Amino acid sequence: MTLFDALDLALAAIVLGLAAWTIAAREVFSAVVGYVAYGLLLAIVWVRLYAPDVALMEAAIGSGVTGVLLVAASTRLGRLPKAEAPPGAALKIAAAALSLIVAGLLAAAVLYLPDPAPSLAPEADKDLAATGLGNAVTAVLIAYRSFDTMLEKVVLVLAVVGVWSVAPDRFWGGAPAPLGPAAPEAALVFLARILAPIGIVIGVQMFWVGADDPGGAFQGGAILAAMWIIVMMARLAEPPRIGSGWLRLALVSGPAVFLLVGLAGPLMAGSFFAFPAGFAKPLILFIEAFMVLSIALTLPLLVAGPPSREAGP
Amino acid sequence: MSLAVDLFSLLAIGAGVFFFLAGTVALLRFPDSLSRLHALTKSDNLGLGLVVLGLLPRAGTPLSALKLIVLWGLVQLSSASVAQLVGAALRRRGAAE
Repeated sequence: MTLFDALDLALAAIVLGLAAWTIAAREVFSAVVGYVAYGLLLAIVWVRLYAPDVALMEAAIGSGVTGVLLVAASTRLGRLPKAEAPPGAALKIAAAALSLIVAGLLAAAVLYLPDPAPSLAPEADKDLAATGLGNAVTAVLIAYRSFDTMLEKVVLVLAVVGVWSVAPDRFWGGAPAPLGPAAPEAALVFLARILAPIGIVIGVQMFWVGADDPGGAFQGGAILAAMWIIVMMARLAEPPRIGSGWLRLALVSGPAVFLLVGLAGPLMAGSFFAFPAGFAKPLILFIEAFMVLSIALTLPLLVAGPPSREAGP
Repeated sequence: MSLAVDLFSLLAIGAGVFFFLAGTVALLRFPDSLSRLHALTKSDNLGLGLVVLGLLPRAGTPLSALKLIVLWGLVQLSSASVAQLVGAALRRRGAAE
Protein backbone atom coordinates (compact mmCIF):
# COMPACT_ATOMS: atom_id res chain seq x y z
CA MET A 1 0.00 0.00 0.00
CA THR A 2 1.51 3.31 -1.04
CA LEU A 3 1.22 6.56 0.88
CA PHE A 4 -1.43 7.82 -1.57
CA ASP A 5 -3.54 4.69 -1.03
CA ALA A 6 -3.45 5.30 2.72
CA LEU A 7 -4.42 8.97 2.23
CA ASP A 8 -7.29 7.97 -0.08
CA LEU A 9 -8.58 5.44 2.43
CA ALA A 10 -8.41 8.02 5.23
CA LEU A 11 -10.23 10.54 3.01
CA ALA A 12 -12.98 8.03 2.18
CA ALA A 13 -13.36 7.17 5.89
CA ILE A 14 -13.67 10.87 6.83
CA VAL A 15 -16.25 11.49 4.07
CA LEU A 16 -18.35 8.51 5.22
CA GLY A 17 -18.03 9.49 8.88
CA LEU A 18 -19.03 13.09 8.16
CA ALA A 19 -21.99 11.90 6.07
CA ALA A 20 -23.20 9.74 8.98
CA TRP A 21 -22.69 12.66 11.40
CA THR A 22 -24.68 14.99 9.12
CA ILE A 23 -27.60 12.55 8.98
CA ALA A 24 -27.51 12.04 12.76
CA ALA A 25 -27.23 15.77 13.63
CA ARG A 26 -30.25 16.96 15.63
CA GLU A 27 -30.00 20.69 14.88
CA VAL A 28 -30.82 21.76 11.31
CA PHE A 29 -27.96 24.28 11.35
CA SER A 30 -25.39 21.66 12.46
CA ALA A 31 -26.59 19.38 9.68
CA VAL A 32 -26.11 22.18 7.13
CA VAL A 33 -22.57 22.89 8.39
CA GLY A 34 -21.82 19.16 8.19
CA TYR A 35 -23.17 19.07 4.63
CA VAL A 36 -20.97 22.01 3.54
CA ALA A 37 -17.85 20.38 5.02
CA TYR A 38 -18.90 17.09 3.38
CA GLY A 39 -19.12 18.88 0.02
CA LEU A 40 -15.62 20.35 0.38
CA LEU A 41 -14.17 16.93 1.25
CA LEU A 42 -16.03 15.45 -1.72
CA ALA A 43 -14.32 18.07 -3.91
CA ILE A 44 -10.96 16.70 -2.72
CA VAL A 45 -12.18 13.18 -3.58
CA TRP A 46 -12.95 14.36 -7.13
CA VAL A 47 -9.44 15.84 -7.38
CA ARG A 48 -8.03 12.44 -6.35
CA LEU A 49 -10.18 10.85 -9.10
CA TYR A 50 -8.52 13.22 -11.64
CA ALA A 51 -11.79 15.10 -12.24
CA PRO A 52 -10.87 18.75 -11.51
CA ASP A 53 -13.91 20.06 -13.41
CA VAL A 54 -16.28 18.11 -11.17
CA ALA A 55 -14.25 19.12 -8.11
CA LEU A 56 -14.64 22.83 -8.92
CA MET A 57 -18.34 22.26 -9.51
CA GLU A 58 -18.79 20.39 -6.23
CA ALA A 59 -16.93 23.07 -4.22
CA ALA A 60 -18.72 26.00 -5.88
CA ILE A 61 -22.28 24.72 -6.31
CA GLY A 62 -22.61 21.49 -4.33
CA SER A 63 -21.01 22.92 -1.23
CA GLY A 64 -20.99 26.72 -1.54
CA VAL A 65 -24.23 27.86 -3.14
CA THR A 66 -26.29 24.89 -1.90
CA GLY A 67 -24.91 25.59 1.59
CA VAL A 68 -26.15 29.19 1.45
CA LEU A 69 -29.53 27.96 0.14
CA LEU A 70 -29.81 25.47 3.00
CA VAL A 71 -28.82 28.06 5.63
CA ALA A 72 -31.44 30.45 4.23
CA ALA A 73 -34.03 27.66 4.23
CA SER A 74 -33.22 26.64 7.82
CA THR A 75 -33.52 30.28 8.98
CA ARG A 76 -36.93 30.47 7.32
CA LEU A 77 -37.99 27.16 8.84
CA GLY A 78 -36.95 28.45 12.29
CA ARG A 79 -39.35 31.37 11.95
CA LEU A 80 -42.30 29.11 11.14
CA PRO A 81 -44.49 27.73 13.93
CA LYS A 82 -43.47 24.19 14.96
CA ALA A 83 -45.09 21.34 13.06
CA GLU A 84 -47.94 19.82 15.09
CA ALA A 85 -46.58 16.25 15.14
CA PRO A 86 -43.10 14.93 14.34
CA PRO A 87 -43.01 12.13 11.76
CA GLY A 88 -43.99 8.75 13.26
CA ALA A 89 -41.77 5.67 13.53
CA ALA A 90 -43.36 4.01 10.48
CA LEU A 91 -42.56 7.00 8.26
CA LYS A 92 -38.98 7.17 9.58
CA ILE A 93 -38.43 3.44 8.92
CA ALA A 94 -39.92 3.74 5.44
CA ALA A 95 -37.65 6.70 4.62
CA ALA A 96 -34.58 4.87 5.98
CA ALA A 97 -35.46 1.72 3.99
CA LEU A 98 -35.90 3.71 0.78
CA SER A 99 -32.54 5.47 1.30
CA LEU A 100 -30.80 2.15 2.03
CA ILE A 101 -32.25 0.54 -1.11
CA VAL A 102 -31.15 3.46 -3.31
CA ALA A 103 -27.67 3.55 -1.74
CA GLY A 104 -27.39 -0.27 -2.05
CA LEU A 105 -28.39 -0.25 -5.72
CA LEU A 106 -25.88 2.54 -6.46
CA ALA A 107 -23.12 0.68 -4.60
CA ALA A 108 -23.97 -2.55 -6.47
CA ALA A 109 -23.94 -0.72 -9.80
CA VAL A 110 -20.46 0.65 -9.09
CA LEU A 111 -19.08 -2.61 -7.66
CA TYR A 112 -20.31 -4.73 -10.60
CA LEU A 113 -18.82 -2.48 -13.28
CA PRO A 114 -16.64 -4.51 -15.65
CA ASP A 115 -12.90 -3.97 -15.29
CA PRO A 116 -11.74 -1.81 -17.05
CA ALA A 117 -14.91 0.24 -16.70
CA PRO A 118 -16.60 1.30 -19.97
CA SER A 119 -15.40 4.73 -21.02
CA LEU A 120 -16.33 7.22 -23.72
CA ALA A 121 -13.23 9.30 -22.97
CA PRO A 122 -11.29 8.20 -26.11
CA GLU A 123 -14.34 9.01 -28.26
CA ALA A 124 -14.63 12.43 -26.62
CA ASP A 125 -10.93 13.09 -27.21
CA LYS A 126 -11.00 11.91 -30.83
CA ASP A 127 -13.13 14.76 -32.18
CA LEU A 128 -11.89 17.42 -29.78
CA ALA A 129 -9.93 19.17 -32.55
CA ALA A 130 -13.14 19.74 -34.55
CA THR A 131 -14.62 21.81 -31.71
CA GLY A 132 -11.50 23.95 -31.35
CA LEU A 133 -11.60 23.33 -27.58
CA GLY A 134 -8.88 21.87 -25.37
CA ASN A 135 -11.09 20.73 -22.50
CA ALA A 136 -13.02 17.53 -23.34
CA VAL A 137 -15.49 18.19 -20.48
CA THR A 138 -16.56 21.50 -22.01
CA ALA A 139 -16.78 19.81 -25.42
CA VAL A 140 -19.13 17.15 -23.98
CA LEU A 141 -21.28 19.78 -22.25
CA ILE A 142 -21.65 22.33 -25.03
CA ALA A 143 -20.93 20.40 -28.23
CA TYR A 144 -21.57 16.63 -28.00
CA ARG A 145 -24.43 16.74 -25.50
CA SER A 146 -25.49 20.33 -26.04
CA PHE A 147 -29.22 19.57 -26.00
CA ASP A 148 -28.97 18.11 -22.46
CA THR A 149 -27.07 21.15 -21.21
CA MET A 150 -29.62 23.50 -22.76
CA LEU A 151 -32.44 21.62 -20.97
CA GLU A 152 -30.50 21.83 -17.67
CA LYS A 153 -30.48 25.61 -18.00
CA VAL A 154 -34.25 25.53 -18.62
CA VAL A 155 -34.63 23.55 -15.38
CA LEU A 156 -32.73 26.28 -13.47
CA VAL A 157 -35.05 28.96 -14.85
CA LEU A 158 -38.06 26.79 -13.94
CA ALA A 159 -36.69 26.52 -10.37
CA VAL A 160 -36.68 30.33 -10.10
CA VAL A 161 -40.23 30.45 -11.47
CA GLY A 162 -41.21 27.84 -8.88
CA VAL A 163 -39.73 29.90 -6.03
CA TRP A 164 -41.41 33.07 -7.28
CA SER A 165 -44.77 31.35 -7.67
CA VAL A 166 -45.21 30.83 -3.91
CA ALA A 167 -45.45 34.63 -3.45
CA PRO A 168 -48.83 36.08 -2.43
CA ASP A 169 -50.63 37.85 -5.29
CA ARG A 170 -50.17 41.35 -3.90
CA PHE A 171 -46.37 40.97 -3.89
CA TRP A 172 -46.18 39.69 -7.49
CA GLY A 173 -43.64 41.74 -9.43
CA GLY A 174 -42.11 43.10 -6.21
CA ALA A 175 -38.69 42.47 -4.70
CA PRO A 176 -37.64 39.66 -2.33
CA ALA A 177 -36.76 40.60 1.25
CA PRO A 178 -33.23 41.98 1.83
CA LEU A 179 -30.65 39.28 2.58
CA GLY A 180 -29.29 40.87 5.76
CA PRO A 181 -30.18 43.15 8.69
CA ALA A 182 -30.56 46.90 8.03
CA ALA A 183 -27.17 47.63 9.66
CA PRO A 184 -24.81 44.82 8.53
CA GLU A 185 -21.55 44.11 10.36
CA ALA A 186 -18.72 46.42 9.26
CA ALA A 187 -16.49 43.39 8.63
CA LEU A 188 -19.05 41.95 6.19
CA VAL A 189 -19.31 45.23 4.29
CA PHE A 190 -15.50 45.39 4.13
CA LEU A 191 -15.30 41.81 2.87
CA ALA A 192 -17.96 42.44 0.22
CA ARG A 193 -16.25 45.63 -1.00
CA ILE A 194 -12.83 43.98 -1.33
CA LEU A 195 -13.83 40.46 -2.40
CA ALA A 196 -16.53 41.22 -4.97
CA PRO A 197 -14.29 42.95 -7.58
CA ILE A 198 -11.66 40.19 -7.25
CA GLY A 199 -14.33 37.47 -7.38
CA ILE A 200 -15.86 38.92 -10.56
CA VAL A 201 -12.46 38.79 -12.28
CA ILE A 202 -11.87 35.22 -11.08
CA GLY A 203 -15.38 34.12 -12.14
CA VAL A 204 -14.99 35.53 -15.65
CA GLN A 205 -11.49 34.06 -15.91
CA MET A 206 -12.75 30.63 -14.82
CA PHE A 207 -15.40 30.72 -17.57
CA TRP A 208 -12.83 31.86 -20.14
CA VAL A 209 -10.14 29.24 -19.39
CA GLY A 210 -12.88 26.55 -19.34
CA ALA A 211 -12.43 26.21 -23.10
CA ASP A 212 -9.00 24.63 -22.64
CA ASP A 213 -8.52 23.94 -18.92
CA PRO A 214 -10.68 22.86 -15.98
CA GLY A 215 -13.41 25.43 -15.42
CA GLY A 216 -16.34 26.61 -17.47
CA ALA A 217 -19.69 28.34 -17.45
CA PHE A 218 -21.09 26.58 -14.38
CA GLN A 219 -18.07 27.17 -12.15
CA GLY A 220 -17.55 30.76 -13.31
CA GLY A 221 -21.26 31.52 -13.01
CA ALA A 222 -21.36 30.07 -9.49
CA ILE A 223 -18.50 32.34 -8.38
CA LEU A 224 -20.21 35.39 -9.87
CA ALA A 225 -23.43 34.30 -8.12
CA ALA A 226 -21.57 34.06 -4.79
CA MET A 227 -20.26 37.60 -5.27
CA TRP A 228 -23.76 38.94 -5.88
CA ILE A 229 -25.01 37.07 -2.80
CA ILE A 230 -22.30 38.54 -0.56
CA VAL A 231 -22.92 42.05 -1.93
CA MET A 232 -26.63 41.66 -1.17
CA MET A 233 -25.88 40.27 2.31
CA ALA A 234 -23.76 43.36 3.03
CA ARG A 235 -26.71 45.50 1.81
CA LEU A 236 -24.52 47.16 -0.83
CA ALA A 237 -27.21 46.06 -3.31
CA GLU A 238 -30.80 44.97 -2.83
CA PRO A 239 -32.56 42.02 -4.49
CA PRO A 240 -34.14 43.27 -7.75
CA ARG A 241 -37.84 43.50 -8.46
CA ILE A 242 -38.88 40.25 -10.09
CA GLY A 243 -41.14 42.21 -12.44
CA SER A 244 -38.09 43.86 -14.06
CA GLY A 245 -38.00 43.11 -17.78
CA TRP A 246 -34.20 43.28 -17.92
CA LEU A 247 -33.89 40.74 -15.10
CA ARG A 248 -36.24 38.30 -16.81
CA LEU A 249 -34.53 38.76 -20.16
CA ALA A 250 -31.10 38.10 -18.61
CA LEU A 251 -32.47 35.06 -16.73
CA VAL A 252 -33.70 33.31 -19.87
CA SER A 253 -30.82 34.56 -22.06
CA GLY A 254 -28.68 31.45 -21.38
CA PRO A 255 -31.11 28.79 -22.60
CA ALA A 256 -32.60 31.19 -25.19
CA VAL A 257 -29.28 31.95 -26.92
CA PHE A 258 -28.41 28.24 -26.71
CA LEU A 259 -31.70 27.30 -28.37
CA LEU A 260 -31.39 29.99 -31.06
CA VAL A 261 -27.90 28.78 -32.00
CA GLY A 262 -29.26 25.21 -31.99
CA LEU A 263 -32.15 26.20 -34.27
CA ALA A 264 -29.73 27.98 -36.62
CA GLY A 265 -27.81 24.67 -36.87
CA PRO A 266 -29.87 23.26 -39.81
CA LEU A 267 -29.15 26.40 -41.85
CA MET A 268 -25.46 26.76 -40.96
CA ALA A 269 -24.25 23.20 -40.55
CA GLY A 270 -26.95 20.84 -41.73
CA SER A 271 -28.53 19.62 -38.50
CA PHE A 272 -30.20 20.69 -35.26
CA PHE A 273 -27.59 21.86 -32.69
CA ALA A 274 -24.71 21.39 -35.14
CA PHE A 275 -21.97 24.01 -35.24
CA PRO A 276 -20.41 25.03 -38.58
CA ALA A 277 -16.88 23.62 -39.06
CA GLY A 278 -14.12 26.02 -38.07
CA PHE A 279 -16.54 28.31 -36.27
CA ALA A 280 -17.42 26.03 -33.39
CA LYS A 281 -15.23 27.55 -30.67
CA PRO A 282 -16.45 31.17 -30.97
CA LEU A 283 -20.04 29.91 -31.02
CA ILE A 284 -19.46 27.72 -27.96
CA LEU A 285 -17.93 30.62 -26.02
CA PHE A 286 -20.79 32.88 -27.15
CA ILE A 287 -23.36 30.41 -25.79
CA GLU A 288 -21.37 29.95 -22.59
CA ALA A 289 -21.13 33.70 -21.93
CA PHE A 290 -24.93 33.94 -21.79
CA MET A 291 -25.09 30.78 -19.69
CA VAL A 292 -22.71 32.40 -17.19
CA LEU A 293 -25.06 35.39 -17.01
CA SER A 294 -28.11 33.14 -16.46
CA ILE A 295 -26.39 31.05 -13.77
CA ALA A 296 -24.99 34.12 -11.98
CA LEU A 297 -28.55 35.48 -11.74
CA THR A 298 -30.43 32.23 -11.08
CA LEU A 299 -28.55 31.10 -7.98
CA PRO A 300 -28.81 34.38 -5.98
CA LEU A 301 -32.50 34.68 -6.93
CA LEU A 302 -33.07 31.18 -5.52
CA VAL A 303 -31.34 32.28 -2.29
CA ALA A 304 -33.30 35.57 -2.13
CA GLY A 305 -36.58 33.62 -2.31
CA PRO A 306 -40.08 34.75 -3.31
CA PRO A 307 -40.93 38.47 -3.46
CA SER A 308 -42.19 39.83 -0.15
CA ARG A 309 -42.66 43.52 -0.91
CA GLU A 310 -45.19 45.39 -3.03
CA ALA A 311 -44.07 46.11 -6.57
CA GLY A 312 -44.20 49.89 -6.02
CA PRO A 313 -44.58 52.48 -8.75
CA MET B 1 21.03 24.08 -5.99
CA SER B 2 18.01 21.82 -6.36
CA LEU B 3 18.88 20.18 -3.05
CA ALA B 4 18.80 23.58 -1.33
CA VAL B 5 15.43 24.38 -2.93
CA ASP B 6 14.05 21.00 -1.88
CA LEU B 7 15.28 21.53 1.65
CA PHE B 8 13.72 25.00 1.74
CA SER B 9 10.36 23.63 0.53
CA LEU B 10 10.49 20.80 3.00
CA LEU B 11 11.25 23.12 5.93
CA ALA B 12 8.63 25.72 4.99
CA ILE B 13 5.84 23.22 4.29
CA GLY B 14 6.78 21.25 7.41
CA ALA B 15 6.58 24.42 9.53
CA GLY B 16 3.24 25.27 7.87
CA VAL B 17 1.82 21.84 8.67
CA PHE B 18 3.03 22.28 12.26
CA PHE B 19 1.04 25.52 12.58
CA PHE B 20 -2.07 23.85 11.13
CA LEU B 21 -1.67 21.05 13.65
CA ALA B 22 -1.20 23.51 16.52
CA GLY B 23 -4.29 25.45 15.42
CA THR B 24 -6.34 22.26 15.25
CA VAL B 25 -5.19 21.15 18.70
CA ALA B 26 -6.14 24.60 20.02
CA LEU B 27 -9.54 24.33 18.33
CA LEU B 28 -10.17 21.07 20.15
CA ARG B 29 -8.62 21.98 23.52
CA PHE B 30 -9.17 25.71 24.19
CA PRO B 31 -11.97 26.43 26.68
CA ASP B 32 -14.11 29.13 25.02
CA SER B 33 -15.13 30.16 21.51
CA LEU B 34 -13.18 33.44 21.33
CA SER B 35 -9.81 31.87 22.20
CA ARG B 36 -10.50 29.00 19.80
CA LEU B 37 -11.21 31.55 17.08
CA HIS B 38 -8.07 33.51 17.95
CA ALA B 39 -5.85 30.42 17.78
CA LEU B 40 -7.43 29.18 14.58
CA THR B 41 -7.12 32.38 12.53
CA LYS B 42 -3.54 33.04 13.60
CA SER B 43 -2.23 29.57 12.98
CA ASP B 44 -4.13 28.97 9.76
CA ASN B 45 -2.94 32.19 8.16
CA LEU B 46 0.66 31.54 9.17
CA GLY B 47 0.38 27.84 8.32
CA LEU B 48 -1.04 28.46 4.85
CA GLY B 49 1.49 31.27 4.29
CA LEU B 50 4.37 28.90 5.02
CA VAL B 51 2.91 26.13 2.82
CA VAL B 52 2.54 28.64 -0.04
CA LEU B 53 6.10 29.87 0.58
CA GLY B 54 7.36 26.31 0.37
CA LEU B 55 5.43 25.69 -2.86
CA LEU B 56 6.60 28.91 -4.58
CA PRO B 57 9.92 27.50 -5.93
CA ARG B 58 7.96 24.51 -7.31
CA ALA B 59 5.39 26.60 -9.21
CA GLY B 60 6.33 26.04 -12.86
CA THR B 61 5.66 29.56 -14.12
CA PRO B 62 5.65 33.05 -12.53
CA LEU B 63 1.90 33.15 -13.22
CA SER B 64 1.18 30.06 -11.12
CA ALA B 65 3.44 31.43 -8.36
CA LEU B 66 1.37 34.62 -8.45
CA LYS B 67 -1.83 32.55 -8.26
CA LEU B 68 -0.53 30.82 -5.12
CA ILE B 69 0.14 34.20 -3.47
CA VAL B 70 -3.29 35.54 -4.51
CA LEU B 71 -4.82 32.37 -3.03
CA TRP B 72 -3.09 33.03 0.28
CA GLY B 73 -4.24 36.67 0.21
CA LEU B 74 -7.84 35.63 -0.45
CA VAL B 75 -7.80 33.13 2.41
CA GLN B 76 -6.30 35.83 4.69
CA LEU B 77 -9.05 38.26 3.72
CA SER B 78 -11.92 35.83 4.15
CA SER B 79 -10.67 34.18 7.33
CA ALA B 80 -9.95 37.52 9.02
CA SER B 81 -13.39 38.87 8.04
CA VAL B 82 -15.21 35.69 9.03
CA ALA B 83 -13.37 35.67 12.39
CA GLN B 84 -14.67 39.21 13.00
CA LEU B 85 -18.20 38.13 12.05
CA VAL B 86 -18.13 35.04 14.29
CA GLY B 87 -16.71 37.14 17.13
CA ALA B 88 -19.46 39.74 16.73
CA ALA B 89 -22.12 37.02 16.65
CA LEU B 90 -20.67 35.54 19.86
CA ARG B 91 -20.73 38.93 21.56
CA ARG B 92 -24.34 39.47 20.53
CA ARG B 93 -25.35 36.12 21.96
CA GLY B 94 -23.49 36.90 25.20
CA ALA B 95 -21.55 33.65 24.87
CA ALA B 96 -18.19 35.43 24.88
CA GLU B 97 -17.61 35.46 28.63
